[in-house]
Amino acid sequence: MNFIATIPKLPLDEWVEWFVALLRGNVRWLFDGIRNGLNWVLGNIEGFLSIGHPLILLGILVVLAFVIAGWRMGVFTLLGFGYILNAGLWPEMVQTLSLVVTAEIFILAIGLPLGIWAGRNDKVHTTLRPILDFLQTLPAFVYLIPAVMFFGIGMVPGAVATLIFAIAPLIRLTSLGIRQVPKDLIEASDAFGADEVQKLFKVQLPVARTTIMAGVNQSIMLGLSMVIIAAMAGAQGLGREVLAAIQRVDVGNGFVAGLAVVILAIFLDRLTATFGEKKVTKP
Amino acid sequence: MEKIVVKNLYKIFGSRAKQARDLLEKGHSKNEIQDKTGAVIGVQNANFTINKGEIFVIMGLSGSGKSTLQRLLNRLLEPTSGTITIEGEEITKLNKKGLREARRKHFCGMVFQQFAILPHRTVLENVAFGLEIQGVSKEDRFAKAQKMIDVVGLSGNEQSFPTQLSGGMQQRVGLARALTVDADILLMDEAFSALDPLIRRDMQDELIELQSKMQKTIVFVTHDLDEALRLGDRIAIMKDGEIVQLGTAEEIIAKPANDYVKAFIQDIDRSEVFTAGSIMQDPREVAHSNDGPRTILRKMQRQGISSIFMVDSNKNFVGRIDADPLAAYLKKHSEDVAQKIPSELIEKTLPLDKETPLQEVMVKIEQVPGPLPVLDEKKHLVGVIVRGAIIAALSSHPEQDETKGEDK
Repeated sequence: MNFIATIPKLPLDEWVEWFVALLRGNVRWLFDGIRNGLNWVLGNIEGFLSIGHPLILLGILVVLAFVIAGWRMGVFTLLGFGYILNAGLWPEMVQTLSLVVTAEIFILAIGLPLGIWAGRNDKVHTTLRPILDFLQTLPAFVYLIPAVMFFGIGMVPGAVATLIFAIAPLIRLTSLGIRQVPKDLIEASDAFGADEVQKLFKVQLPVARTTIMAGVNQSIMLGLSMVIIAAMAGAQGLGREVLAAIQRVDVGNGFVAGLAVVILAIFLDRLTATFGEKKVTKP
Repeated sequence: MEKIVVKNLYKIFGSRAKQARDLLEKGHSKNEIQDKTGAVIGVQNANFTINKGEIFVIMGLSGSGKSTLQRLLNRLLEPTSGTITIEGEEITKLNKKGLREARRKHFCGMVFQQFAILPHRTVLENVAFGLEIQGVSKEDRFAKAQKMIDVVGLSGNEQSFPTQLSGGMQQRVGLARALTVDADILLMDEAFSALDPLIRRDMQDELIELQSKMQKTIVFVTHDLDEALRLGDRIAIMKDGEIVQLGTAEEIIAKPANDYVKAFIQDIDRSEVFTAGSIMQDPREVAHSNDGPRTILRKMQRQGISSIFMVDSNKNFVGRIDADPLAAYLKKHSEDVAQKIPSELIEKTLPLDKETPLQEVMVKIEQVPGPLPVLDEKKHLVGVIVRGAIIAALSSHPEQDETKGEDK
């Protein structure tokens, strides 16, 4: 079996490096533009979330949880975020939340139209599917390398890696939701003479709403998990605390930072999940 | 008046449709063509006219192409070839935008087997959907929707969501949604097939009643022969994408075009389909009110009949005269026969009208000794029903029943 060793290795790694270098060399302006744009959005969101005393944001979050997800969630939010504040992790939590929110804004802006397009067009669907499979199965860490190469170190590569990693389920579920709209509902809207825009907004999107919201929820959850990993690319926030604790084998602080991530995750999950279920079953 | 004219209409599914059509014209069967080209014949060479204001039923088993044919009419499916003309406008020629306008102008949308109402909308919002699509203002469309909700008997449920309604009520929403759009043609695809038999019956009755008021042109698809016979002014029976027979219920039952149709109709309750008008015979001879007793008896003897109906000079029905009492009267009064027939010899038998169903005719004919008279709207005698005709209509070999039974 020695002959296998004599076959020259396929230089895929070199090709990828060559390609990345080519991009860096020629479309630098594009990456700079993206970085500046993302930085601007990130900065504004973080700035906005940090206005005034932390108790103001805490209050807003509690009210949101109470209104959208019920009193239990309201109590949980009060206790959970109260603890984060108490543990001194509030600024880190705000950074992580801003990163998730920023990534989610772009995920929605890109993922929803792509998902709708894929839901209504078979060619787009079959083209996107392998790409989405690829995106979802590639280990999350791998995204960090090109992200760092193109965008340097800091929050931006974290946001970009999060976006790419977490966008797949939204596209997938949006497309699925639109495909699952019963055929006779589509026929009905056609038969009444609806045009494509009316069909989309009056029939397909409302009926697919629950599935699409499940996609939004999934992308937020994946985004949050990626944001923690993004600390390895220099993103600030709770992830960095966890990473630091690992490096110092500091079990106590590691647990506290991890718990803060969990609290944030439960909060985001319950809110978006309830949002999707609501109204459809309204009596 | 012609509303929809369909000519040489074909629908073949699959990428090799043209080739499949050529094979079809050479006389190959549906299955052969499917094996050879992979193409599935949906509808082949359909030619028919749907008249304004009629209920046109397309009937067939599943896979016969009945729903396909209906969906070709508003081009939810694109025809492979052929033309569809609605009120002179060739639907098959229109581009996307023209088609959309034509759908809004000619069609009341569609009513579906599984209702196809929007789950996130209230009844009122669902019923107003068609007008919303047409850009009618909220106030106007809700007002019109409300009216139609009252018509179909859903008042009080305006703010309910579809999941809170029973199947029958959901289909009323579907029907109201279609009728709210004030167009002429209503397409109904197995609209009552998902409902319980009793509710289905109610809905059929209601549709017939609504139709008598609204006079839409209804194209109704069903696999249920009883439903087809009940609702259809004319029925097209389909098999393998082909219309094998087109005619009124009576025509189809009296003269099935082939064994397929015959097999279809063998189990139906004929007494529900036939009406007095469809089984009556011409009165061969009538007595006039100024005929004398001897003249009348002679008329009966000539025809070999035991009773005769009398009409007055305006052809209005007067009553029945039986031979036996008349003969007895003549014997008794052989010397002084009256100029006119005495009124005690005229039986006031209850007349039928043409629409009386055979079931009722059967009950009534048991109550009288002789034949029954059939009158039209003007109370003129238009026909007679004898026992033999009823038996003939009920027998399962209608094509052989040309013999006119005569009452003795």
